[in-house]
Amino acid sequence: MTAALAIDGLSVVFDDFVALEDVSLTVAPGESFGLVGESGSGKSTLLRAVAGLAPVSAGTIVVDGKMLGDKRDKAFYRQVQMVFQDPYGSLHPRQTVDRLLLEPLAIHGFDDSESRIVRALDEVGLGASFRFRYSHQLSGGQRQRVAIARALILEPSILLLDEPTSALDASVQAEVLNLLEQVRAARKLTFVMVSHDLAVVTHMCDRLMVMQHGQAVEQLASTDLAAHRVTQDYTRSLLTASEGFRRNG
Amino acid sequence: MSTLLDVRDLRVSFPTRTGMVEAVRGVSFTLGRERLGIVGESGSGKSQTGRAIMGLTPEHGRISAEKLEFNGIDLTKASKAERRALRGKRIAMILQDPKYSLNPVMSIGRQIIETLRTHEPVGRAEARRRALDMLAAVQIRDPERVFDLYPHEVSGGMGQRAMIAMMLVAGPELLIADEPTSALDVTVQLDVLGILHRLVADRGMGLIFISHDLRLVSSFCDRVIVMYAGRIVEELPASRLSEAEHPYTRGLLNCMPKIGVDRHPLPVLDRKPEWAL
Amino acid sequence: MSETAMTRREWLLTDRPQSRLQARLGRAYVTWRRFAANRLAVIGMLIILGLIVLAIFAPLLAPYSPYVGDLAKSRLLPPDAAHWLGTDDQGRDILSRLIYGSRLTLQVVVLVAIIAAPLGLLVGTVAGYAGGWVDAVLMRITDIFLAFPKLVLALAFVAALGPGIGNAIIAIAITSWPPYARIARAETLTVRNSDYISAVRLMGASPWRIVLRHIMPLCISSLIVRVTLDMAGIILTAAGLGFLGLGAQPPLPEWGAMIASGRRFILDQWWVAAMPGFAILVVSLGFNLLGDGLRDALDPRGSSQ
Repeated sequence: MTAALAIDGLSVVFDDFVALEDVSLTVAPGESFGLVGESGSGKSTLLRAVAGLAPVSAGTIVVDGKMLGDKRDKAFYRQVQMVFQDPYGSLHPRQTVDRLLLEPLAIHGFDDSESRIVRALDEVGLGASFRFRYSHQLSGGQRQRVAIARALILEPSILLLDEPTSALDASVQAEVLNLLEQVRAARKLTFVMVSHDLAVVTHMCDRLMVMQHGQAVEQLASTDLAAHRVTQDYTRSLLTASEGFRRNG
Repeated sequence: MSTLLDVRDLRVSFPTRTGMVEAVRGVSFTLGRERLGIVGESGSGKSQTGRAIMGLTPEHGRISAEKLEFNGIDLTKASKAERRALRGKRIAMILQDPKYSLNPVMSIGRQIIETLRTHEPVGRAEARRRALDMLAAVQIRDPERVFDLYPHEVSGGMGQRAMIAMMLVAGPELLIADEPTSALDVTVQLDVLGILHRLVADRGMGLIFISHDLRLVSSFCDRVIVMYAGRIVEELPASRLSEAEHPYTRGLLNCMPKIGVDRHPLPVLDRKPEWAL
Repeated sequence: MSETAMTRREWLLTDRPQSRLQARLGRAYVTWRRFAANRLAVIGMLIILGLIVLAIFAPLLAPYSPYVGDLAKSRLLPPDAAHWLGTDDQGRDILSRLIYGSRLTLQVVVLVAIIAAPLGLLVGTVAGYAGGWVDAVLMRITDIFLAFPKLVLALAFVAALGPGIGNAIIAIAITSWPPYARIARAETLTVRNSDYISAVRLMGASPWRIVLRHIMPLCISSLIVRVTLDMAGIILTAAGLGFLGLGAQPPLPEWGAMIASGRRFILDQWWVAAMPGFAILVVSLGFNLLGDGLRDALDPRGSSQ
C-alpha cells in the first residue's frame, strides 16, 4: 500500500537559519502521526513545508504516491488541508463564517455550496445559527471548530494539525480533540499533528516523532512512550517534564 | 501563621457597551507565608484578582472590597503614591511573557539595578553586587555576561529568570506570579519553577500562583483556589486535589489527556448554569 | 423566529445574525454608531452633504447666472441684500458662482479619489504581497513620484498636457496615488504572513484572488480615511492650479481661479477673493473632520470587538 505521506531527507533553510535538517518519515493511510518538540524544534516548519507554506531546500515529499514539486496544484489542496494553532489569527477578521466556508467551494467550483456549508457546520457541532457571525462574535473553541469545518469542506484525505488546541482552555481542548477524533473516524482521515504536549499527542496519535533543533530525535509508538520504552535522553526529559513539578526534583 | 494578605468580598467590574460586567464577583481568601494557587479558565477572573491586589487594574475598571489588607495596610484606602511604593518593594508580580515585561532598550543588569534603587537608597557598587547575586540566585551561570545583555539577546527561559531576579531583588514579602511559565518550553518550565520554589521557601515569601493548569498548580502550591465565572467554587489543600468535590474542579481534572491512560472520547465538562450563580 | 418582537436596534446588534444581509447591516450599524458618537465628525459630514446638495440643486439655489453679469450696473458691488456675497469685476454674483463652483470642486475630488485610490491600492497590495523584484520595482516608481512636491509635479503634468480642468484632475490623480500605495503596502505586509491568509493559500486560491478578495478589503478602511483627509489637499492643489491659470479656464467658476481673478482687487474689494477662499476653507475643514471621524469608526485596531 502506498503511504499517505512519505517525507525523505527534508531540509528547510530560511536565509542562514536551518529550520529543518534531513528529516524522513512515512505515514500510512488512515494513520495518525504526531510530531513533538519544543519551540524551535522544526515541527511546525515540517508541517508548513508539506503544505507549501515553507520553502523546501532539499529532500522530497510524496503524497499518496505523487511527488510534490515547488508549486502545489489545486488537486493537492483537495487532498491536504491544515488547521492552525491560533484560532484568533486563522479566521479572516472581516468575513463571516458563511463567507469563510464559501471561499474554498468557490475556488474549486462546487455548485452545491449551500448544502455543503450547512452540512460542514453541522459536522463540527455548530449548527446553522453560527453561519452569519463574524469571527469576533465567536469564542476560541467555536473559532477552532469553524477552522476545522473550513479544512474539511474540501473533503481532504490528509489533515495537518498545527497545535490545534494549545491556545484553548483545557475543557475546550477536550471537546476539540474529541471532535477531531470523531471526524477522523467518520472520514477515515490521515492526521499529522504537531504539539508540544506529549499527553495530547499520545492521546491522539498511533505513532510519533520527537524533534529537537530541527532534527529527528526518535520515532516510536505511543504505547512505547506511555510505557517509558524510550531510547533517547531528550525524550526521557520531555516525559519527566510532562509529569509536572516535583518539589524536591 | 501570620496573615500576610486578607481579601474579603473583592469585586472588579468593567463598563462595556451593554453595561457593567463583573470580572471578579466577591472573592475572599487569606494568605500567610505560603504558596497559594489560583486556578481557572480564561474569563474566570483569576488574573483580575491578582491585578487588583497588585493595584494594576486597568484605569476604567472599578474595584470594591470589604477588606483588602496587606500586612495591616488597607489597600483600598492607600493613595496612588503609597501603592507605588508598595509595588516592587513589598509586593511584586511576574507576568506571563518576559518579552513584554522587560524593557527592550535597557540591559538586564541595569533594569535590576533601577528596580532596586527605586526602593532602596543603595550605592552604585552595592546595587551592582546585589543584582549580580540575584542573577546567580536564579541560577544564571554567567551573571557578569547576562548583566550586560539586552532582553532580545536571551532565550525565553533566561528572560523569565531575569524577570524573577528583577522582581525579587528588592526583597518583597508577597509575590504574585501570573502564568509565569506558560510561554516557556516544558523542560525550561521545570527549571524556572524549581528556582521560584527555592527562592520562595528560602525567603519566607507569600506566593500567589495564578494559572490555568490545575495539575501544575497543585504540584507546586500548598493550597489551591479554583475560580469559575468570577467566583471561588472550591478551595482545598493541594495534596487533596483528587478528593475535590465541586463538579467543575473534577471536570477540569478529568478532561486533560494523560499519558498511558486510554480514554476515547475524553470526558468533557458539562457547564451547569448554577455554578456561575 | 420572534423577530417581530425585537426592536430594529436589537435586530441590528444581535450576536446571532440570521442572514448575510443582517450580518452586514449589523456591522454597518456598529460602525455608524461609533461615527455618530463623534460630534465634530458629524459636523464634517453635514458640511460635505451640504456641498453635495448645493452641487445637485445649483440651478435652483443660485439666484443669478454664474457666467453672465451686468457689467453696467453691478460691477464689484460689496455684499448687500441683492448680492449676499457681492459681485466680481464682470458684474457676476459671487454666491451664484460659488454654488456652481461646488460642482467643479466635487468633480475634482470625486474623480481624483476614483482614479488615485484604486491605483494606489492595487500597486501597494501587489507590491506587498508579491515581494521580491515586483515590490522593488513598484516601490522605486512610487519613490520617484514621492520625491517631487505634489504641486510642482502636477504643474509639470498640466504644462505637458495643456491647461484645463480635465487635465488638472488627471495631473492631481497621478501625483496623489503614491502615498496610498505606501499605506496599502504597509498594511499588506502586516497581514500577508498571517494564518488566515495562509489558510486561503491552502485552499488553492490564486495570488490575484488573495490580493483582490482577502487583502484589499483589509486595506480599504485605512485608505478611505487617508483619502478623506487628503481631500482638503486635493481641493487646495486644484485651487492652486486654478489660481495659476492651469486648471479650470474662464469663465468656469472654479474657486481657485476665482481667487486668482479677485487678487487684483484684494485691497479695495476684498470680498471678491475672500469669499471663494472662505468656501475652500469650510469644505477642506469638513473633509478633515469627516476623515478624523472615519478613522475612529473604521480603524479595526481601535475597535476589534
